[in-house]
Amino acid sequence: MTTAVETTRDTLLDIGGRTFQSRLMVGTGKYPDMDTMVRAIEASGADVVTVAVRRVNLDRSKESSVLHFLDPKKIFLLANTAGCYTAADAIRYARLAREAGFNDFVKLEVIGDEETLLPDVAGLLEATKVLVQEGFKVLAYTNEDLVTALRLEDAGCAAVMPLASPIGSGLGLLNPFSVRTIKRRLHVPVIVDAGVGTASDACVTMEQGVDGILMNTAIAAAQDPVAMAHAMRMATIAGRAAFLAGRMPRREVAMPSSPTKGMLD
Amino acid sequence: MDVVINGERKQVTAGVTLLELLQELELDPRAVVVEHNRQIVRRPKLSDVTVAPGDAIELVHFVGGG
Repeated sequence: MTTAVETTRDTLLDIGGRTFQSRLMVGTGKYPDMDTMVRAIEASGADVVTVAVRRVNLDRSKESSVLHFLDPKKIFLLANTAGCYTAADAIRYARLAREAGFNDFVKLEVIGDEETLLPDVAGLLEATKVLVQEGFKVLAYTNEDLVTALRLEDAGCAAVMPLASPIGSGLGLLNPFSVRTIKRRLHVPVIVDAGVGTASDACVTMEQGVDGILMNTAIAAAQDPVAMAHAMRMATIAGRAAFLAGRMPRREVAMPSSPTKGMLD
Repeated sequence: MDVVINGERKQVTAGVTLLELLQELELDPRAVVVEHNRQIVRRPKLSDVTVAPGDAIELVHFVGGG
């Protein structure tokens, strides 16, 4: 199963001074049940999983925390600020997440529009500056705009996370050119976050040369999440391996694969 | 006395500390993060902070998310 990585020389993914084995990161939301989630994470091979910060349910607190099902010693918990619509809210959620005591990484989201869940890049930059100042390792969820990505890197992000397409849409990588451009111009890792729908989307995304990919709904909302997690694992490895292998140039005309000489009269 | 916990008005014992409040709610202090009147209170300090009537307390933890 892992032949592709074994035969390809690759470096470890390094984000903010921490290295990770897998280039696939997965979310923990929207699973039909916790057992499926745990088995899907296992099948994905991910060592980074995202979690959200929410109020404790005062009536049924013992059942609702995702930490009852995940071992933080084995899995790196990446808290997000999902659901925050202002820089101030995102900062507040990030501080609460860090206080949980696992790490100082945050997947920073400042959402600007309810229908598309596209990021508010002004708020994102503002929150990034504050959080970097406070020692956070910020992984900023952003759109596929190069200039915003450059500003986020300048502001001290540990990684920049352009979207493939809107969160939960499953539309795949809509703008490979922009994502490639961001990867080419940035020095910090580029992790594509959101929008993949199936394994080919993950593969094509990794073929752009990005450092990693983060997904949730594509796995959680599949008919068989565990099987899809496994497919995503292989697709991520395949896409990465193909990128490192270097694809052939595209041609507008055909070129025969068999010799043109030696044909019968 | 009445305080507001996670947006809901609740009656708790007068003069409790945040740590005692968590115990009253049967919550493990290691499993929640406490915000008291918009200020995060670190775990070792939970027994130092006394709750006053009308205080706003947020108790959060990690849930599934993407």
